[in-house]
Amino acid sequence: MELKFILESLLFSAQKPLSVKELRDVFTAAAEAEDADATAKSLAKIKDSEVTAALEQLAGEHETAARSYRLACVAGAWQFVTQPEYAPWLKALVGQKIRPPRLSQPALETLAIIAYRQPVTRAEVEQIRGVNVDGVMQTLMERGLVEAVGRAEVVGRPPTYGTTALFLEYFGLSGLGDLPAADELRRIVVEKPPAPVTTEPGLATVPPEQLALGNAEGKKEEENPSS
Amino acid sequence: MPPARSKVFPFMAEYKVQFEVFEGPLDLLLYLIKKEEVDIYEVNLTKLATQFIEYIDLMRQFDLEIAGEFLVMASTLMYIKSRELLPVDQQVAVEGEDEGEDPRWELIRQLVEYKKFKDAATQLQTLEARQENVFPRLPAKLEFESTAPPPKPDVSIFDLLNAVNAVLKRFEKRDDARDIFEDKWTVSEKIEFILKVIAERGSLRFAELFESAASRSEVVCTFLALLELIRLKQLICVQPEAFAEIEIRRAENAAPATGAPGTDPARNDAENVGQASSLSQTEDIKQN
Repeated sequence: MELKFILESLLFSAQKPLSVKELRDVFTAAAEAEDADATAKSLAKIKDSEVTAALEQLAGEHETAARSYRLACVAGAWQFVTQPEYAPWLKALVGQKIRPPRLSQPALETLAIIAYRQPVTRAEVEQIRGVNVDGVMQTLMERGLVEAVGRAEVVGRPPTYGTTALFLEYFGLSGLGDLPAADELRRIVVEKPPAPVTTEPGLATVPPEQLALGNAEGKKEEENPSS
Repeated sequence: MPPARSKVFPFMAEYKVQFEVFEGPLDLLLYLIKKEEVDIYEVNLTKLATQFIEYIDLMRQFDLEIAGEFLVMASTLMYIKSRELLPVDQQVAVEGEDEGEDPRWELIRQLVEYKKFKDAATQLQTLEARQENVFPRLPAKLEFESTAPPPKPDVSIFDLLNAVNAVLKRFEKRDDARDIFEDKWTVSEKIEFILKVIAERGSLRFAELFESAASRSEVVCTFLALLELIRLKQLICVQPEAFAEIEIRRAENAAPATGAPGTDPARNDAENVGQASSLSQTEDIKQN
């Protein structure tokens, strides 16, 4: 009996996405059952990497066969899901899924910054977007898409933010590595020491030190040039 | 008409919409750059500064609230523009400004970075829309009977007939010359009897059920009562081995037995059965 087909049967009948660990727990339980045969017993010792490899192979086979349902790994858990092309019929069958309203453009931009640059402070986000992000951050946190993950090692110890598992589920990503163009955007672009544009008191705060190469103070636009 | 009309702004017709769209100064700058159809790296900052500041003026003239960030950006752009106006050798190095630092470059860098994240946001939006059309498999909970008792071999009707035959054989030896007696038993009475015995003793062997039977008809009546109770799933018969003693016990999901007269449906059905088999119809409750 092939491991991948056993996994297939489990994921077919499961009530929720299963992680590799949960799948291994099932194997352990099956091996301890009264009527466990040799196959069941041997699977109790299986390694995470073997399970993952079998799952990936299974997912690949479904894709090659162009099945209408595929094996997807979202937020580290595996589940059978349908392809989006079939949505019109599925919606007719099960009705519209209850989804929260779509995110606004500013929310998506802020979310993108946090996703690629996490852990990141509010000030860093504001520096990239050029606007205050309080309202948007509130929305994103209420939706459970971002959360505080720690504190930055700079003056004032401002909180840093990152994305949640729900974020991955909401966008159907298996992990942060799945973000489009991850490498390009994750890199902190430091070609020149940044001169903060918004340093007036009361506006977006000065970016923390880690963004400045040898320019810890930042600049204040004292000049008031005539137009 | 406000004097702003005299200036030619291509976006004037829908200015209200534009004001809503621009979340911040970078948004506006990117919009202006896009309108010029140039690459960010090649944009003419002086021209950009001019356009931006005109926009701010427009907002001011229409008495619209201008977010602070726009003003800061305006001042930055004016600074850049003023620097551009000076010949290179006359550009005074501002106090605090490091060698080689260029506010123009900083602005461009910022625009480039912001644009990248805008594009990423668009891609996330695509993923968001796609996920709305993805349905996961969520089967109904698989219902398994919890720890079904180890199945004992089912007793078939033939086993039961065999067993009752053995009981009836006891009565064959008696004198058959007896007159036909009034049948004193109804099936419903025997149903009550059996249920009472089972309630008292939990289970009993087949033969025990007929211990007190005094005549063939009583045996038959009792047997019919037993069959009825089995049919109504109140009792089950099990046989540990083939042809071994049959054991009668309560069925698992049977309604609880009461000390009072047995279940009404059983009584009604039993009476029908009693009538059909033309057993006695007397209501006398006489027990030997």
